[in-house]
Amino acid sequence: MANGKLFGTNYSPPDLVAKMTGKAKYAEDFRAEGMLMAKLLMSPMPHARVRNIDTRAAEAMEGVHAILTADDLPETDNLVGSDRALTMEPMYQGEPILAVAAVDEQTAANAIEAIRVDYEPLPFVINPLDSLRPGGPNARVGGNTVKDRKDVVEIKWTAQDFAEAGEEMPMGQPEEEFELGDIAKGFEEADLVLDETLYHQSQSHHPLESRSCMAYWQNDKLYIHVSTQSAQRTAPGVARQVGIDPTQVVLIAEYCGGGFGSKIGGTVNMAIAALLSKKAGRPVMHRVTRSEENAYGRARPGFQGRIKVGFKADGRITAFDMYLIQDNGAYGRSGDFTSASRCVSLNYTPLNMRFRGISILTNTPTRAAQRAPGGVQITAMVEPVIDKAAKELNLDRIEIRKINAPDNDTVYGSNQHNVTSAYVRETLDKAAEMVNWEEFKQQSGRTNGSKVTGVGVALSSYVAGSRGFDGLMVIKPDGNLYVHQGIGNLGTHSTFDTARVACDLLDIPWENTVVVWGNTGKHLPHSSVQAGSQTTHAHTRANLAAATALKKNLQEIAAKELGGSPDSYDVSGGRVHRKGNRASGMTLAHAAERAIELGAKYDGHEVAEDINEWTKTAAAGLAGQGAMGAAKDNYGGEGDLWSFVVGVAKVEVDRETGAVAIQHYTAVCDTGSVMNPRGLKAQILGGSVQGFGLARSQKWVYDPKWGVPFTQRLYNAKPPSILDVPLEMEGAAIEIPDPQNPLGAKGIGEAPFGAGVAAVLCAIQDAIGEFDLKRSPMMTDLIINQLENQAQPYKVLETDV
Amino acid sequence: MAVIRDTIPAFELFQPTSLEDALALKRRYGKASWAYAGGLDSLDWFKDRIKRPDAVIDLSGVAELRGIRDVDDGVEIGAMSTLTDVETHAGIQSDFGLLSDAASKVATPQIRNQGTLGGNVSQDTRCSYYRGGWPCYRAGGNICYADTPTSINREHALFEADRCVAVNPSDTAPALIALDAKFVIQGTGGEKVVDAEDYFITPSTDITRMTILEPGDILTSIRIPGTWKGAQFYFEKVRDRQAWDFALVSVSSAMKISGGKIEDIRIVMNAVGPRPLRLHDVERQLKGQSATEDVGAAAGELATLGNRPLQHNAYKIPLMRNLVKRAIRGLEV
Repeated sequence: MANGKLFGTNYSPPDLVAKMTGKAKYAEDFRAEGMLMAKLLMSPMPHARVRNIDTRAAEAMEGVHAILTADDLPETDNLVGSDRALTMEPMYQGEPILAVAAVDEQTAANAIEAIRVDYEPLPFVINPLDSLRPGGPNARVGGNTVKDRKDVVEIKWTAQDFAEAGEEMPMGQPEEEFELGDIAKGFEEADLVLDETLYHQSQSHHPLESRSCMAYWQNDKLYIHVSTQSAQRTAPGVARQVGIDPTQVVLIAEYCGGGFGSKIGGTVNMAIAALLSKKAGRPVMHRVTRSEENAYGRARPGFQGRIKVGFKADGRITAFDMYLIQDNGAYGRSGDFTSASRCVSLNYTPLNMRFRGISILTNTPTRAAQRAPGGVQITAMVEPVIDKAAKELNLDRIEIRKINAPDNDTVYGSNQHNVTSAYVRETLDKAAEMVNWEEFKQQSGRTNGSKVTGVGVALSSYVAGSRGFDGLMVIKPDGNLYVHQGIGNLGTHSTFDTARVACDLLDIPWENTVVVWGNTGKHLPHSSVQAGSQTTHAHTRANLAAATALKKNLQEIAAKELGGSPDSYDVSGGRVHRKGNRASGMTLAHAAERAIELGAKYDGHEVAEDINEWTKTAAAGLAGQGAMGAAKDNYGGEGDLWSFVVGVAKVEVDRETGAVAIQHYTAVCDTGSVMNPRGLKAQILGGSVQGFGLARSQKWVYDPKWGVPFTQRLYNAKPPSILDVPLEMEGAAIEIPDPQNPLGAKGIGEAPFGAGVAAVLCAIQDAIGEFDLKRSPMMTDLIINQLENQAQPYKVLETDV
Repeated sequence: MAVIRDTIPAFELFQPTSLEDALALKRRYGKASWAYAGGLDSLDWFKDRIKRPDAVIDLSGVAELRGIRDVDDGVEIGAMSTLTDVETHAGIQSDFGLLSDAASKVATPQIRNQGTLGGNVSQDTRCSYYRGGWPCYRAGGNICYADTPTSINREHALFEADRCVAVNPSDTAPALIALDAKFVIQGTGGEKVVDAEDYFITPSTDITRMTILEPGDILTSIRIPGTWKGAQFYFEKVRDRQAWDFALVSVSSAMKISGGKIEDIRIVMNAVGPRPLRLHDVERQLKGQSATEDVGAAAGELATLGNRPLQHNAYKIPLMRNLVKRAIRGLEV
């Protein structure tokens, strides 16, 4: 067990100065001799078949070196659901068709303008419900949904399904379904039943760094600079996309300017720079612009939903019946809608529950996980409904959440898993205490001229860790500890935070610790992906395991040289010494030298059988350099890891202009022990701000007639600006350790987002009183229409407006 | 020809250091020339390869176009003065606060440091279809994509639409009309001075342009007379987010109160039509009345008469009505 000297304290991570001064090199900042620049030809149509491409004029242009089409991509055993870097059947406007490498971007762009593409337009669909109608268009030839990840099939609902629904969401045959308890009985027992048709839009990820990529080849090895969330786990994806063995890939990704789930294992366009470089015989840089990032980057799937909830008079939820239609884009099935069912089951522990869902293909960008996938959408949709019930039942809004809250004994979801910990009531209490809730809520409805105040509370949850990955570290004869981290440097600092666990166990100062990261040529162990808030939990444990193995090796080395049993030695103060006598024994530098002399397991020539092949390869690369610790996280554990966030917001709505000012926001989380207090605050407040955008201004808009998007640039997509962030923002953790992590820590990247959206939506609803908008973002126009009793320009189930 | 965006095509760049040279270049290249001020509008067009001038005339080296000078009882602002210059100028702040207020609400500090007053008033519309390179009326085609039963037109016009339904997005233009500014234009016909109000045109005059500037013309300065110096001003811009956003609707007004009554008033809306919309009828109705909530509300009703909403922009009607009321009521509460 770590002594916690560094764990839980603030510090400056080693990449901080480089980032602050602009010296950090991201994929786009690299240059190589003879480097060419790539540009893409993107589909102007939402769905078409490319009949012919005439590149003769482009190829004849001076400075054009290579043109890559889908024919140049390696054959893969691609399941039908996955997109590739280039295609001959674009399924959304902006999907890349071919790439040109030229001496500069000017020339490449001119070459693209000289290319003639003959398209056969195909039917397309933007709104999933249009595709479900009898005779409605399909996003793909052959169907509108993907079955078992390998077949495109067609599902149509009946005219009767639509007719019966009226203005509400129709609910035809679902693809996914489960029931817990007896939903009908649950509604019979309810004192209040709310039945709501709701909509949550799809949304681009908007990472600050776009998915640029640079690649070159040396001696049949591919050197590739990419923008990726993960590091070690991205390399196999590159190999697969390029059609080479993973051992041929050297992936460099020391920094990542945000991914939010859109770059978990790198990006699909990595193949373009790599294969163009191979074809041209020169390095190739593919810079991705903002509008391109939003065109062929990824997006969060939107939901159309019907939510029927039964409440007892005390607020306890007796029945929760949910039906979600997921806007899936044209490719692989997103798990958001089923994740949403887990969030509902966990957050509200309904006594009876039914989930039904269907994921429908649309001709819009490829979907992927986005920070709390499924969780954000469902939290934004359901939390205002909980408030509505609280109002009707005259209950306090924190109390109604407490009465339904999970705890450590909760089992949830279709497979009735348990959780490692859930201190939700404690989190709600702490939030109430921090804002002085009894006083805070009195501000609801207070007016100041044309402005009225609203307050909102929201509970959000999301997964927070995984298990079973490897740690790898070496103490070298220079006396320093080298912690090799296979996780990516996404900006959360967990790359560095989780290394500090080893320092604590081995009592090595941070100044004597070198974190090795971001380059698969530097021997990185098998790691979790940098996604799903996994790394804090997974790699505190993996590094604790490796540090424990290293400590054992050091004890054995000392015993071999100085006699006695290994157990009679301790490691501290830079030495391996007799317990209770720090002056005895040897320095770590000396122990490292002895490890090299001893070989075998001491310097990494032999490693534990149960570690991953990647880690074995990495360990082999480091063998003989010092005293090694390499181990798998075998701490085990039972149940799923979840963290929770309670957000409390105060807004002021101007009833004459629809303007909304968020005046206060407090976020409190259950994330176990806090590893890096400053980093934690950045995560929970940063995630909240992302939520404010979805609540208020950030849009995803398509022209439905032409299937073309209008929100691909930051100025028309409108993520929140610093002036949309309240001056008062507080963040805190309840700091109850998770019982199943020796370090007590859980991840926290995901859950703050949903709380940020929902608390602000609830506060706006509170300010306006009888508010029945049922969709987000709650923008100025919708608020004014509502306040002026003017018809909204579109109905709830209209998407992408 | 395949379409590609986000890469600026080559053009010839001229960097004249005198107005005379700049005008000579405009004459030489005519319609193939492009006067480049701060670049915030221009670069968007260039990088999307939609507007492709042969000759770009960068006006940043022309000293005559810069500077803010006191003239008689007013002020003359070089067209190339940055929005930050305008926003922070002490004289403008104290005498014509309406303009500094409007300038301060443009986009972001970075954009205000780079963007110019001349550019801000002369900027093109932000209709997504037109900016996206669709072959619409304004782009020389024969259809408006924004005015169909399924169009996305939340930001579009309530008034003065004629085939094209796009709006003028400027924050400073309506403020300058309210201040009765004069725009000084140098061009083929020598110097021309026009009322701010007359600088802006509707599609019925020329559907491909937002202003009266002819290909050979350069807007050189903007003169604000002393007429409205120290009047009671009101500027409000409603937008989706508080930085880097165009107005959904804005109101600019200048009001002189005497003996508790409105002696004179100019009130101008923007983002509701193809040019800033001066509310002449409202101004006439308000003269001699008290600046009260009720009078403001009545003015708001009058202001919105004759509106023609599209599918998604009817919210602009009550918004406009309320903004007029707030301008009259005066205090931003």
